[in-house]
Amino acid sequence: MKHADEYRDHDLAKGLAHAVAGQLAALGATEARPIRLMEVCGGHTHAIFRYGLADLLPKSLEFLHGPGCPVCVLPRGRVDDCIAIARHPDVIFATFGDAMRVPGSTRSLLQAKADGADVRMVYSPLDALALARRNPDRRVVFFGLGFETTMPSTALTVLQAEAEGIGNFSILCNHITIIPTLRAILDDPLMELDGFIGPGHVTMIIGTEPYGFIASEYRKPLVVAGFEPLDLLHAIHMILQQKLDGRCEIENQYQRVVPNTGNPVARKAVERVYEPRATSEWRGLGDIALSGVQFRPAYRRFDAEAIFALRGERVADPVECRCGDVLKGLAKPWQCPAFGGACSPEMPLGALMVSSEGACAAYYQYSGLQNSALDAARNKVPA
Amino acid sequence: MCLGVPGRITAIDDAASLSAWVEVAGIRRKVSVACIVDAAHPIEACVGEWVLVHVGFAMSRIDEAEAEATLRVLAEIGELAVEREAMLTTEATA
Ligand code: SF4
Repeated sequence: MKHADEYRDHDLAKGLAHAVAGQLAALGATEARPIRLMEVCGGHTHAIFRYGLADLLPKSLEFLHGPGCPVCVLPRGRVDDCIAIARHPDVIFATFGDAMRVPGSTRSLLQAKADGADVRMVYSPLDALALARRNPDRRVVFFGLGFETTMPSTALTVLQAEAEGIGNFSILCNHITIIPTLRAILDDPLMELDGFIGPGHVTMIIGTEPYGFIASEYRKPLVVAGFEPLDLLHAIHMILQQKLDGRCEIENQYQRVVPNTGNPVARKAVERVYEPRATSEWRGLGDIALSGVQFRPAYRRFDAEAIFALRGERVADPVECRCGDVLKGLAKPWQCPAFGGACSPEMPLGALMVSSEGACAAYYQYSGLQNSALDAARNKVPA
Repeated sequence: MCLGVPGRITAIDDAASLSAWVEVAGIRRKVSVACIVDAAHPIEACVGEWVLVHVGFAMSRIDEAEAEATLRVLAEIGELAVEREAMLTTEATA
Protein backbone atom coordinates (compact mmCIF):
# COMPACT_ATOMS: atom_id res chain seq x y z
CA MET A 1 0.00 0.00 0.00
CA LYS A 2 1.08 3.49 -0.77
CA HIS A 3 2.41 5.22 2.38
CA ALA A 4 2.66 2.06 4.47
CA ASP A 5 6.44 2.29 4.56
CA GLU A 6 6.37 5.95 5.45
CA TYR A 7 4.19 5.16 8.46
CA ARG A 8 6.91 2.79 9.66
CA ASP A 9 9.83 5.15 9.09
CA HIS A 10 12.39 4.48 11.77
CA ASP A 11 13.96 7.94 11.98
CA LEU A 12 10.60 9.61 12.13
CA ALA A 13 9.55 7.20 14.89
CA LYS A 14 12.63 8.18 16.87
CA GLY A 15 11.89 11.86 16.38
CA LEU A 16 8.32 11.36 17.58
CA ALA A 17 9.46 9.33 20.57
CA HIS A 18 11.75 12.25 21.48
CA ALA A 19 8.86 14.65 21.24
CA VAL A 20 6.73 12.40 23.45
CA ALA A 21 9.55 12.13 26.00
CA GLY A 22 9.70 15.93 26.12
CA GLN A 23 5.95 16.13 26.74
CA LEU A 24 6.11 13.53 29.50
CA ALA A 25 8.88 15.49 31.23
CA ALA A 26 6.89 18.71 30.92
CA LEU A 27 3.90 16.96 32.49
CA GLY A 28 6.05 15.81 35.40
CA ALA A 29 5.44 12.13 34.71
CA THR A 30 7.90 9.69 36.30
CA GLU A 31 8.35 5.96 36.36
CA ALA A 32 6.79 5.90 39.83
CA ARG A 33 3.90 8.12 38.73
CA PRO A 34 3.53 7.43 35.04
CA ILE A 35 0.94 8.74 32.62
CA ARG A 36 -1.33 5.75 32.00
CA LEU A 37 -3.00 5.38 28.61
CA MET A 38 -5.36 2.57 27.69
CA GLU A 39 -5.30 1.29 24.16
CA VAL A 40 -8.82 -0.04 23.79
CA CYS A 41 -8.27 -2.14 20.70
CA GLY A 42 -6.46 -5.48 20.56
CA GLY A 43 -5.00 -4.51 17.18
CA HIS A 44 -3.23 -1.66 18.93
CA THR A 45 -1.99 -3.98 21.70
CA HIS A 46 -0.51 -6.19 19.03
CA ALA A 47 1.13 -3.25 17.23
CA ILE A 48 2.59 -1.83 20.48
CA PHE A 49 4.35 -5.13 21.14
CA ARG A 50 5.24 -5.92 17.58
CA TYR A 51 7.01 -2.60 17.06
CA GLY A 52 8.41 -2.44 20.58
CA LEU A 53 6.84 0.95 21.25
CA ALA A 54 6.99 0.58 25.03
CA ASP A 55 10.78 0.23 24.77
CA LEU A 56 11.04 3.25 22.49
CA LEU A 57 9.25 5.46 25.03
CA PRO A 58 10.26 6.45 28.57
CA LYS A 59 8.96 4.41 31.49
CA SER A 60 6.97 7.44 32.56
CA LEU A 61 4.37 6.29 30.03
CA GLU A 62 2.45 3.14 30.84
CA PHE A 63 0.18 1.26 28.46
CA LEU A 64 -2.95 -0.38 29.84
CA HIS A 65 -4.20 -3.03 27.49
CA GLY A 66 -7.95 -2.72 27.15
CA PRO A 67 -10.76 -5.17 26.44
CA GLY A 68 -10.98 -4.57 22.68
CA CYS A 69 -10.23 -8.05 21.43
CA PRO A 70 -13.52 -9.85 20.77
CA VAL A 71 -11.92 -13.27 20.96
CA CYS A 72 -10.43 -12.48 24.37
CA VAL A 73 -13.77 -11.61 25.94
CA LEU A 74 -15.60 -14.60 24.51
CA PRO A 75 -17.17 -16.42 27.48
CA ARG A 76 -16.54 -20.12 28.02
CA GLY A 77 -20.26 -20.87 27.95
CA ARG A 78 -20.54 -19.30 24.52
CA VAL A 79 -17.82 -21.59 23.16
CA ASP A 80 -19.81 -24.50 24.62
CA ASP A 81 -22.87 -23.25 22.69
CA CYS A 82 -20.84 -23.16 19.47
CA ILE A 83 -19.68 -26.72 20.00
CA ALA A 84 -23.23 -27.91 20.81
CA ILE A 85 -24.39 -26.51 17.45
CA ALA A 86 -21.36 -27.81 15.54
CA ARG A 87 -22.08 -31.34 16.82
CA HIS A 88 -25.39 -31.60 14.95
CA PRO A 89 -24.65 -34.04 12.12
CA ASP A 90 -26.30 -31.85 9.46
CA VAL A 91 -24.49 -28.65 10.52
CA ILE A 92 -21.48 -26.97 8.95
CA PHE A 93 -20.17 -24.56 11.57
CA ALA A 94 -18.21 -21.71 10.02
CA THR A 95 -16.06 -19.30 12.02
CA PHE A 96 -13.15 -16.89 11.86
CA GLY A 97 -9.93 -18.71 12.64
CA ASP A 98 -9.25 -16.76 15.85
CA ALA A 99 -12.25 -18.27 17.61
CA MET A 100 -11.21 -21.87 16.96
CA ARG A 101 -8.73 -22.16 19.82
CA VAL A 102 -10.65 -20.36 22.55
CA PRO A 103 -11.15 -22.80 25.41
CA GLY A 104 -14.72 -23.67 26.37
CA SER A 105 -15.50 -25.51 29.60
CA THR A 106 -14.01 -28.76 28.31
CA ARG A 107 -12.72 -28.12 24.82
CA SER A 108 -12.27 -25.65 21.97
CA LEU A 109 -13.87 -25.66 18.52
CA LEU A 110 -10.59 -26.98 17.17
CA GLN A 111 -10.79 -29.97 19.50
CA ALA A 112 -14.46 -30.46 18.58
CA LYS A 113 -13.39 -30.54 14.94
CA ALA A 114 -10.77 -33.17 15.74
CA ASP A 115 -13.57 -35.15 17.40
CA GLY A 116 -15.55 -35.13 14.14
CA ALA A 117 -17.65 -31.94 14.14
CA ASP A 118 -17.73 -30.17 10.77
CA VAL A 119 -16.08 -26.89 11.74
CA ARG A 120 -14.72 -24.72 8.93
CA MET A 121 -12.52 -21.67 9.12
CA VAL A 122 -13.62 -18.86 6.83
CA TYR A 123 -12.25 -15.40 6.09
CA SER A 124 -15.60 -13.68 5.57
CA PRO A 125 -19.26 -14.29 6.49
CA LEU A 126 -19.84 -14.14 2.72
CA ASP A 127 -17.74 -17.31 2.44
CA ALA A 128 -20.05 -18.98 4.97
CA LEU A 129 -23.04 -17.92 2.86
CA ALA A 130 -21.34 -19.45 -0.19
CA LEU A 131 -21.03 -22.70 1.77
CA ALA A 132 -24.80 -22.62 2.37
CA ARG A 133 -25.40 -22.05 -1.33
CA ARG A 134 -23.19 -25.00 -2.26
CA ASN A 135 -24.58 -27.35 0.40
CA PRO A 136 -28.37 -27.04 0.25
CA ASP A 137 -28.86 -30.26 2.25
CA ARG A 138 -26.79 -28.99 5.19
CA ARG A 139 -27.45 -26.24 7.73
CA VAL A 140 -24.66 -23.68 7.72
CA VAL A 141 -24.18 -21.66 10.90
CA PHE A 142 -21.76 -18.74 11.02
CA PHE A 143 -20.36 -17.59 14.35
CA GLY A 144 -20.84 -13.82 14.24
CA LEU A 145 -18.51 -12.32 16.78
CA GLY A 146 -16.78 -9.01 16.95
CA PHE A 147 -17.36 -5.36 17.65
CA GLU A 148 -19.04 -2.70 15.54
CA THR A 149 -16.33 -3.23 12.90
CA THR A 150 -17.62 -6.69 12.07
CA MET A 151 -21.35 -6.16 12.64
CA PRO A 152 -22.06 -4.59 9.23
CA SER A 153 -20.49 -7.56 7.46
CA THR A 154 -22.76 -10.12 9.17
CA ALA A 155 -25.81 -7.86 8.84
CA LEU A 156 -25.17 -7.42 5.11
CA THR A 157 -24.63 -11.17 4.72
CA VAL A 158 -28.02 -11.82 6.34
CA LEU A 159 -29.62 -9.27 4.01
CA GLN A 160 -27.96 -11.02 1.07
CA ALA A 161 -29.27 -14.42 2.27
CA GLU A 162 -32.73 -12.90 2.54
CA ALA A 163 -32.53 -11.42 -0.96
CA GLU A 164 -31.45 -14.74 -2.44
CA GLY A 165 -33.97 -16.73 -0.38
CA ILE A 166 -31.30 -18.93 1.18
CA GLY A 167 -33.01 -20.87 3.97
CA ASN A 168 -30.20 -23.07 5.30
CA PHE A 169 -28.07 -20.23 6.66
CA SER A 170 -28.05 -18.77 10.15
CA ILE A 171 -25.78 -16.80 12.47
CA LEU A 172 -24.94 -17.31 16.12
CA CYS A 173 -24.72 -13.68 17.11
CA ASN A 174 -22.15 -12.70 19.69
CA HIS A 175 -21.62 -9.15 18.55
CA ILE A 176 -20.68 -6.74 21.29
CA THR A 177 -20.39 -2.97 21.49
CA ILE A 178 -17.47 -1.09 22.96
CA ILE A 179 -19.12 2.07 24.30
CA PRO A 180 -20.98 0.59 27.36
CA THR A 181 -17.81 -1.28 28.26
CA LEU A 182 -15.70 1.87 28.17
CA ARG A 183 -18.20 3.43 30.56
CA ALA A 184 -17.97 0.38 32.84
CA ILE A 185 -14.18 0.71 32.90
CA LEU A 186 -14.40 4.42 33.67
CA ASP A 187 -16.84 3.69 36.52
CA ASP A 188 -14.49 1.12 38.07
CA PRO A 189 -13.16 2.80 41.23
CA LEU A 190 -9.86 0.89 40.99
CA MET A 191 -9.17 2.20 37.53
CA GLU A 192 -6.65 4.98 37.19
CA LEU A 193 -6.03 6.19 33.70
CA ASP A 194 -5.20 9.43 31.96
CA GLY A 195 -6.60 8.90 28.50
CA PHE A 196 -7.53 6.52 25.72
CA ILE A 197 -6.04 5.53 22.40
CA GLY A 198 -9.33 5.03 20.55
CA PRO A 199 -10.08 2.03 18.34
CA GLY A 200 -9.50 2.81 14.67
CA HIS A 201 -11.74 0.42 12.86
CA VAL A 202 -14.68 0.52 15.27
CA THR A 203 -14.68 4.28 14.76
CA MET A 204 -14.61 3.81 10.99
CA ILE A 205 -18.21 2.54 11.49
CA ILE A 206 -19.58 4.45 14.50
CA GLY A 207 -17.74 7.75 14.03
CA THR A 208 -16.24 9.87 16.82
CA GLU A 209 -19.48 11.24 18.27
CA PRO A 210 -20.33 8.25 20.56
CA TYR A 211 -17.12 8.87 22.56
CA GLY A 212 -18.21 12.40 23.50
CA PHE A 213 -19.16 11.46 27.09
CA ILE A 214 -15.58 10.33 27.82
CA ALA A 215 -14.36 13.88 27.41
CA SER A 216 -17.41 15.75 28.71
CA GLU A 217 -18.43 13.55 31.68
CA TYR A 218 -15.20 11.80 32.64
CA ARG A 219 -12.74 14.50 31.56
CA LYS A 220 -10.43 12.07 29.71
CA PRO A 221 -8.95 12.66 26.26
CA LEU A 222 -9.43 10.04 23.55
CA VAL A 223 -7.57 10.01 20.26
CA VAL A 224 -8.64 7.56 17.55
CA ALA A 225 -5.50 6.01 16.06
CA GLY A 226 -4.33 3.99 13.08
CA PHE A 227 -2.32 0.80 13.39
CA GLU A 228 1.14 1.69 12.12
CA PRO A 229 3.84 2.59 14.65
CA LEU A 230 3.85 6.26 13.63
CA ASP A 231 0.07 6.38 13.98
CA LEU A 232 0.30 5.22 17.58
CA LEU A 233 3.15 7.58 18.45
CA HIS A 234 1.25 10.42 16.84
CA ALA A 235 -1.90 9.59 18.83
CA ILE A 236 0.09 9.49 22.08
CA HIS A 237 1.61 12.86 21.18
CA MET A 238 -1.89 14.27 20.56
CA ILE A 239 -3.20 12.98 23.91
CA LEU A 240 -0.25 14.42 25.82
CA GLN A 241 -0.63 17.74 23.97
CA GLN A 242 -4.24 17.88 25.21
CA LYS A 243 -2.95 17.33 28.76
CA LEU A 244 -0.37 20.09 28.33
CA ASP A 245 -3.02 22.46 26.97
CA GLY A 246 -5.51 21.49 29.68
CA ARG A 247 -7.95 20.19 27.08
CA CYS A 248 -10.15 17.04 27.10
CA GLU A 249 -11.32 16.23 23.62
CA ILE A 250 -12.12 13.45 21.22
CA GLU A 251 -9.67 13.70 18.32
CA ASN A 252 -9.02 11.61 15.25
CA GLN A 253 -5.47 10.82 14.21
CA TYR A 254 -6.60 8.26 11.59
CA GLN A 255 -8.35 10.68 9.23
CA ARG A 256 -7.06 8.95 6.13
CA VAL A 257 -9.29 5.94 6.85
CA VAL A 258 -11.77 7.08 9.50
CA PRO A 259 -14.20 9.88 8.68
CA ASN A 260 -15.49 11.60 11.84
CA THR A 261 -18.99 10.66 10.77
CA GLY A 262 -18.18 6.94 10.51
CA ASN A 263 -20.02 4.90 7.89
CA PRO A 264 -23.76 5.64 7.80
CA VAL A 265 -24.46 2.96 5.15
CA ALA A 266 -22.91 0.29 7.35
CA ARG A 267 -24.78 1.55 10.42
CA LYS A 268 -28.08 1.39 8.56
CA ALA A 269 -27.54 -2.28 7.69
CA VAL A 270 -26.72 -3.04 11.33
CA GLU A 271 -29.81 -1.20 12.59
CA ARG A 272 -32.02 -3.05 10.15
CA VAL A 273 -30.94 -6.51 11.29
CA TYR A 274 -29.95 -6.11 14.95
CA GLU A 275 -31.36 -4.52 18.10
CA PRO A 276 -29.71 -3.92 21.49
CA ARG A 277 -29.57 -6.94 23.81
CA ALA A 278 -30.52 -6.34 27.45
CA THR A 279 -27.21 -7.66 28.68
CA SER A 280 -24.13 -9.45 27.34
CA GLU A 281 -21.51 -11.49 29.13
CA TRP A 282 -17.83 -10.58 28.67
CA ARG A 283 -15.22 -13.07 29.73
CA GLY A 284 -13.39 -11.71 32.74
CA LEU A 285 -15.64 -8.66 33.03
CA GLY A 286 -19.04 -10.27 33.63
CA ASP A 287 -22.38 -8.95 32.44
CA ILE A 288 -22.57 -5.47 30.97
CA ALA A 289 -25.99 -3.97 30.22
CA LEU A 290 -26.76 -3.07 26.61
CA SER A 291 -23.26 -4.08 25.49
CA GLY A 292 -24.32 -6.37 22.67
CA VAL A 293 -26.92 -6.92 19.99
CA GLN A 294 -29.41 -9.62 18.98
CA PHE A 295 -31.52 -10.24 15.89
CA ARG A 296 -34.65 -8.15 15.40
CA PRO A 297 -37.84 -10.30 15.32
CA ALA A 298 -38.11 -9.84 11.53
CA TYR A 299 -34.78 -11.66 11.11
CA ARG A 300 -35.21 -14.38 13.75
CA ARG A 301 -35.23 -17.06 11.06
CA PHE A 302 -31.52 -16.37 10.62
CA ASP A 303 -30.90 -16.51 14.37
CA ALA A 304 -29.08 -19.70 15.38
CA GLU A 305 -29.99 -18.95 19.00
CA ALA A 306 -33.67 -19.32 18.12
CA ILE A 307 -33.15 -22.31 15.80
CA PHE A 308 -31.03 -24.45 18.12
CA ALA A 309 -32.02 -25.01 21.72
CA LEU A 310 -28.92 -23.64 23.45
CA ARG A 311 -28.19 -24.15 27.10
CA GLY A 312 -26.62 -20.73 27.31
CA GLU A 313 -24.89 -21.71 30.53
CA ARG A 314 -22.48 -19.48 32.39
CA VAL A 315 -19.16 -21.14 33.05
CA ALA A 316 -16.74 -19.51 35.45
CA ASP A 317 -13.05 -19.18 34.56
CA PRO A 318 -10.55 -21.34 36.46
CA VAL A 319 -9.67 -19.71 39.80
CA GLU A 320 -6.02 -19.10 38.92
CA CYS A 321 -6.96 -16.99 35.87
CA ARG A 322 -6.49 -13.26 36.24
CA CYS A 323 -7.93 -12.49 32.81
CA GLY A 324 -10.44 -10.01 34.22
CA ASP A 325 -7.77 -7.98 36.00
CA VAL A 326 -5.56 -8.00 32.93
CA LEU A 327 -8.48 -6.91 30.75
CA LYS A 328 -9.15 -3.96 33.03
CA GLY A 329 -5.49 -3.03 33.15
CA LEU A 330 -5.32 -3.81 36.89
CA ALA A 331 -2.70 -6.53 36.46
CA LYS A 332 0.04 -7.24 33.95
CA PRO A 333 -0.08 -10.62 32.21
CA TRP A 334 3.04 -11.85 34.00
CA GLN A 335 1.39 -11.20 37.34
CA CYS A 336 -1.07 -14.02 36.58
CA PRO A 337 0.09 -17.23 38.27
CA ALA A 338 -0.85 -19.21 35.18
CA PHE A 339 1.17 -17.05 32.75
CA GLY A 340 3.71 -19.08 30.82
CA GLY A 341 3.02 -22.17 32.94
CA ALA A 342 -0.52 -23.50 32.90
CA CYS A 343 -1.35 -20.90 30.25
CA SER A 344 0.67 -20.54 27.06
CA PRO A 345 -0.20 -19.91 23.40
CA GLU A 346 0.11 -23.64 22.73
CA MET A 347 -2.22 -24.56 25.61
CA PRO A 348 -4.24 -21.44 26.45
CA LEU A 349 -6.15 -21.42 29.72
CA GLY A 350 -7.55 -17.94 29.22
CA ALA A 351 -8.62 -16.35 25.98
CA LEU A 352 -6.09 -13.51 26.27
CA MET A 353 -3.48 -16.09 25.39
CA VAL A 354 -5.28 -17.26 22.23
CA SER A 355 -5.27 -14.37 19.83
CA SER A 356 -2.20 -12.33 18.95
CA GLU A 357 -4.39 -9.35 19.84
CA GLY A 358 -4.69 -10.58 23.41
CA ALA A 359 -2.41 -8.91 25.95
CA CYS A 360 -1.07 -12.18 27.37
CA ALA A 361 -0.18 -13.67 23.98
CA ALA A 362 1.42 -10.38 22.91
CA TYR A 363 3.53 -10.27 26.09
CA TYR A 364 4.47 -13.88 25.67
CA GLN A 365 5.39 -13.53 22.03
CA TYR A 366 7.21 -10.23 21.89
CA SER A 367 8.50 -8.98 25.18
CA GLY A 368 11.22 -11.57 25.63
CA LEU A 369 9.68 -12.17 29.02
CA GLN A 370 9.04 -15.85 28.40
CA ASN A 371 11.84 -17.12 30.54
CA SER A 372 11.82 -14.57 33.31
CA ALA A 373 8.06 -14.81 33.53
CA LEU A 374 8.24 -18.56 33.58
CA ASP A 375 10.69 -18.34 36.45
CA ALA A 376 8.58 -15.77 38.21
CA ALA A 377 5.46 -17.87 37.70
CA ARG A 378 7.19 -20.86 39.23
CA ASN A 379 8.54 -19.01 42.25
CA LYS A 380 5.66 -16.73 42.94
CA VAL A 381 2.95 -17.00 45.57
CA PRO A 382 -0.27 -16.39 43.67
CA ALA A 383 -1.29 -12.76 44.06
CA MET B 1 -9.55 -10.32 13.44
CA CYS B 2 -10.43 -6.66 13.66
CA LEU B 3 -7.53 -5.62 11.53
CA GLY B 4 -8.32 -4.34 8.11
CA VAL B 5 -5.96 -4.42 5.16
CA PRO B 6 -5.60 -1.79 2.49
CA GLY B 7 -6.35 -3.00 -1.02
CA ARG B 8 -7.05 -1.56 -4.44
CA ILE B 9 -10.27 -2.15 -6.37
CA THR B 10 -9.28 -3.47 -9.80
CA ALA B 11 -12.59 -4.37 -11.46
CA ILE B 12 -16.33 -4.74 -10.98
CA ASP B 13 -17.43 -8.34 -10.44
CA ASP B 14 -21.21 -7.95 -10.28
CA ALA B 15 -22.78 -4.50 -10.11
CA ALA B 16 -26.20 -5.82 -9.03
CA SER B 17 -24.85 -7.49 -5.88
CA LEU B 18 -22.24 -4.73 -5.34
CA SER B 19 -19.34 -7.13 -5.67
CA ALA B 20 -15.91 -6.05 -6.90
CA TRP B 21 -12.43 -7.49 -7.36
CA VAL B 22 -9.81 -6.19 -4.97
CA GLU B 23 -6.09 -6.74 -4.93
CA VAL B 24 -4.85 -7.07 -1.37
CA ALA B 25 -1.13 -7.63 -0.87
CA GLY B 26 -0.83 -9.43 -4.19
CA ILE B 27 -3.98 -11.55 -3.66
CA ARG B 28 -7.08 -11.04 -5.80
CA ARG B 29 -10.42 -11.66 -4.17
CA LYS B 30 -14.04 -10.62 -4.43
CA VAL B 31 -15.26 -8.15 -1.85
CA SER B 32 -18.55 -6.43 -1.22
CA VAL B 33 -18.51 -2.69 -1.81
CA ALA B 34 -22.02 -2.24 -0.36
CA CYS B 35 -20.70 0.02 2.44
CA ILE B 36 -18.82 2.48 0.24
CA VAL B 37 -21.22 3.12 -2.64
CA ASP B 38 -24.19 5.44 -2.77
CA ALA B 39 -25.99 7.53 -5.37
CA ALA B 40 -23.18 10.08 -5.39
CA HIS B 41 -20.48 7.43 -5.66
CA PRO B 42 -21.62 4.46 -7.78
CA ILE B 43 -19.66 1.21 -8.08
CA GLU B 44 -18.07 2.33 -11.38
CA ALA B 45 -16.40 5.20 -9.53
CA CYS B 46 -14.70 2.74 -7.15
CA VAL B 47 -12.42 1.09 -9.71
CA GLY B 48 -8.81 2.11 -9.05
CA GLU B 49 -9.54 3.34 -5.52
CA TRP B 50 -7.67 2.30 -2.39
CA VAL B 51 -9.99 0.90 0.27
CA LEU B 52 -9.72 -0.67 3.69
CA VAL B 53 -10.89 -4.29 3.44
CA HIS B 54 -12.28 -6.04 6.50
CA VAL B 55 -13.58 -9.66 6.44
CA GLY B 56 -14.59 -9.48 2.79
CA PHE B 57 -16.08 -5.98 2.82
CA ALA B 58 -14.61 -2.69 1.67
CA MET B 59 -15.36 -0.55 4.72
CA SER B 60 -13.76 2.78 3.93
CA ARG B 61 -12.11 4.66 1.11
CA ILE B 62 -8.56 5.63 1.93
CA ASP B 63 -8.04 9.32 1.56
CA GLU B 64 -4.63 9.90 -0.08
CA ALA B 65 -4.59 13.61 0.65
CA GLU B 66 -5.21 12.95 4.34
CA ALA B 67 -2.52 10.28 4.38
CA GLU B 68 -0.02 12.80 3.08
CA ALA B 69 -1.22 15.59 5.35
CA THR B 70 -0.73 13.36 8.40
CA LEU B 71 2.77 12.47 7.25
CA ARG B 72 3.65 16.14 6.93
CA VAL B 73 2.45 16.80 10.49
CA LEU B 74 4.49 13.85 11.72
CA ALA B 75 7.62 15.09 9.98
CA GLU B 76 7.18 18.48 11.61
CA ILE B 77 6.79 17.06 15.11
CA GLY B 78 9.80 14.81 14.56
CA GLU B 79 12.00 17.59 13.24
CA LEU B 80 10.95 19.93 16.00
CA ALA B 81 11.89 17.37 18.60
CA VAL B 82 15.31 16.91 17.05
CA GLU B 83 15.88 20.65 16.92
CA ARG B 84 14.72 21.12 20.50
CA GLU B 85 17.08 18.39 21.56
CA ALA B 86 19.91 20.09 19.67
CA MET B 87 19.17 23.43 21.37
CA LEU B 88 19.07 21.82 24.80
CA THR B 89 22.36 20.02 24.31
CA THR B 90 24.12 23.13 22.95
CA GLU B 91 22.89 25.09 25.93
CA ALA B 92 24.18 22.41 28.22
CA THR B 93 27.62 22.43 26.69
CA ALA B 94 27.79 26.23 26.39
S1 SF4 C 1 -2.00 -15.79 31.49
FE1 SF4 C 1 -3.76 -16.94 30.73
S2 SF4 C 1 -5.07 -17.23 32.51
FE2 SF4 C 1 -3.59 -15.64 33.05
S3 SF4 C 1 -4.62 -13.70 32.57
FE3 SF4 C 1 -3.46 -14.30 30.74
S4 SF4 C 1 -4.90 -15.48 29.48
FE4 SF4 C 1 -5.79 -15.34 31.54
